[in-house]
Amino acid sequence: MLLLSAAGIAILLYVVVQSVAEQIAQESQDNILAASAISILDSARVVEGDISIDLPYSSLSMLDSVTDERAFYAIRLNDEFLSGYPDLPRIAAPNDATAFQSTTYLGEDIRMASTWRSFSTLEGQAFLEISVAQTLTGLNQSIARISRISLAIGFGFFLLSMVVAMVIAQTTIRPLHRLTGSVSRRGPSDLRPVAAPVPTEMAPLVTSLNSLMTRLQKSLSRSEDFIAEAAHRVRTPMAIVRTQAEVTLRRVEKEENRQAVREMIRAVDESSRTAGQLLDHAMVSFRTDDLARETIQLDELIVDTVNRLHPISELRDVEIKTHKLMRTKIQGDPILVQNAIQNVLDNAVKYTCADTKITVMLDQSDGTAHIRVQDEGRGFDDTEIDQLLLRFERGKNANGIVGSGLGLTIVDDIMRAHGGHIILSNNAGEGACVTLSFPL
Amino acid sequence: MRHVILSIVMWLLANVAYAFEIEDRAVFGDETENAPLRIVSTADISYFKPIIDAFRAFRPNVTIDYTVASSTEVMNAIAQEKQSFDIVISSAMDLQTKLANDGFARKHTPPASQDLPDWAVWNDMVYAFTQEPAGFVISNALFEGLPIPQNRQQLISALRQNPDRFKGRVGTYDIRKSGAGYLFATQDARASDTYWRLTEVMGTLDPTLYCCASEMIDDVVNGELAVAYNVLASYAEKSPHQDKFTIILPSDFSIVMLRTMLIPKTSDNPILAADFLDFVLAQTYPSGVSPLLKTQSLGQAEQSTLYRISMGPGLLVYLDYFKKKNFIAEWENAIVQD
Repeated sequence: MLLLSAAGIAILLYVVVQSVAEQIAQESQDNILAASAISILDSARVVEGDISIDLPYSSLSMLDSVTDERAFYAIRLNDEFLSGYPDLPRIAAPNDATAFQSTTYLGEDIRMASTWRSFSTLEGQAFLEISVAQTLTGLNQSIARISRISLAIGFGFFLLSMVVAMVIAQTTIRPLHRLTGSVSRRGPSDLRPVAAPVPTEMAPLVTSLNSLMTRLQKSLSRSEDFIAEAAHRVRTPMAIVRTQAEVTLRRVEKEENRQAVREMIRAVDESSRTAGQLLDHAMVSFRTDDLARETIQLDELIVDTVNRLHPISELRDVEIKTHKLMRTKIQGDPILVQNAIQNVLDNAVKYTCADTKITVMLDQSDGTAHIRVQDEGRGFDDTEIDQLLLRFERGKNANGIVGSGLGLTIVDDIMRAHGGHIILSNNAGEGACVTLSFPL
Repeated sequence: MRHVILSIVMWLLANVAYAFEIEDRAVFGDETENAPLRIVSTADISYFKPIIDAFRAFRPNVTIDYTVASSTEVMNAIAQEKQSFDIVISSAMDLQTKLANDGFARKHTPPASQDLPDWAVWNDMVYAFTQEPAGFVISNALFEGLPIPQNRQQLISALRQNPDRFKGRVGTYDIRKSGAGYLFATQDARASDTYWRLTEVMGTLDPTLYCCASEMIDDVVNGELAVAYNVLASYAEKSPHQDKFTIILPSDFSIVMLRTMLIPKTSDNPILAADFLDFVLAQTYPSGVSPLLKTQSLGQAEQSTLYRISMGPGLLVYLDYFKKKNFIAEWENAIVQD
């Protein structure tokens, strides 16, 4: 579009320059012809009642001064031919002091000027008519030269406007690109206002974008608050319901009723776990927004966490072993890091079979600390590893195990907040391996 | 019998009758050639023979038919009679220019290697191939004891101071009869007023008026004339009696005539004509090995005093009916003082 309009303007420029210059060239030729004709007319005088003309040398030589031109002239008194070229065409109606005409003579295009003056001769008043004509070699040459120049001007204008348009487009679009880049590089939960410098024209866009993000942030945190509040409120009644159900279980004799109550307890367990996880998640979101940076002795933290889980693991006859814990310090929020390790170990305990063991290792490589948790359970399904980190996604093989689908999501959030990541994989033999990597 | 008819036809063909008046004619090469290069020229055969010989050495198969006529007859042959000549050579620059201006000449651009000076070409039609200055031819015998005049002013003084010695012994062109004389006179008059004073002084000395330069030179040689004014130095240099006279190119200014050639539109053989034109130009420019350029006086003359007649429509001015009538009337006034 830009290109097309630039080309249009360039062509217009060419045509205008060309026609103006042609007119000027034509005018200057006309001026010379008129000067020539008038100089002949001025040399005419009446001698003893007869017209006598003393053609000035310059009257014809001036026509040839720049380029070689053929020149023709005719001198007529009224309609009587006096001198020059008798068959030179005449200009029909003398309505002006000097008249011009383009015509052909002797097979050549010529430009002709005619001028008139009245004389009193013996026969009375007579009109002396002087016509001077020349070929168009010089005119055509200058028109060709002008044509080349105006073509160059038009083309130059076209090139220049293209370059300028491109530069302007680039400068306009560059901040837009920068803005796009800074927005698209953001994490899913990064709703900070955009601070990248933008041209003033785009400030309203950025302002409204920022205000949208603020509103989004508010509404997000409101709903998270709501979820946390709801989970908190639900947990206590759940605990009461569970206690009551257990009391009831002891009283119920009939096997089918006992089964029903057990189902109930299980459902309550699941719900309260979910509520707990939701609370955890809200806590994690809150803490990662404003992450604490303390020095954490990671190996000690692991030992501590493993010890905490002892009651649960013993309950399930699962042994949690620490193996080759390298002394490692990282920066971060100890509560969150512990939560992450606990979640992973909790999962491992839940999904592994009785009488197996879980191994926790800690090592360093390439400036990264790796916590590996290996179990001997059923492992991950290869096809769904990628989806397990999403909220409320649970593995297909999780049937019959209490869980909310939030555990790994929480771990993932914590790892990202610390600049690390979580990798889910399967062991060569059996069981799953979860690796938590922290930057040192 | 058949042979007789054939030879009559051949004879008729060979003697194409021209309506215009010719002075001389020569054929170089095969006389029976059907398509010779026909040249019509104002220059004598002897004057132009060297260049024809040079061309025929270069192109031996070409036959050249060379016709000599006066400049007005040359003009008539082309403009009125439309004779099919291939090359027109003339010393009358005004008439050559008029032929070209009036559309009788063919345009031709010589090869780029022949760098022509601007003054040597007009409108890609008329090409100059010599530069011939006009000057005084002074009789050594009749100027005995007087300083040789070097410019017009000195000539005027010499004539004024010695009217008895020079009475009846000055000669110049009759510009009414000679085209070259008219051209020199008009260009002289255009260049300086001295011309009219000189003409008036000559008018008081009962001048002899000539049609042709050669007669003037002859009269200087045989002691009839003390001074011949406006004679082409190139002609005077060809005279075998170089000891009898001195050629002076006036130091105020010397009119230089350009001998020109053109290819008329009536040419039957324009390609050969163009070849001939290119050959002559190549002989002339830029170094100049042409046998026609051997003019001693031109080489010796002060370059700034050379007044080269420029080709162009300005030359048509003096061919104008009124202009010519006025000029000749004025000239007659000055020179014919009865």
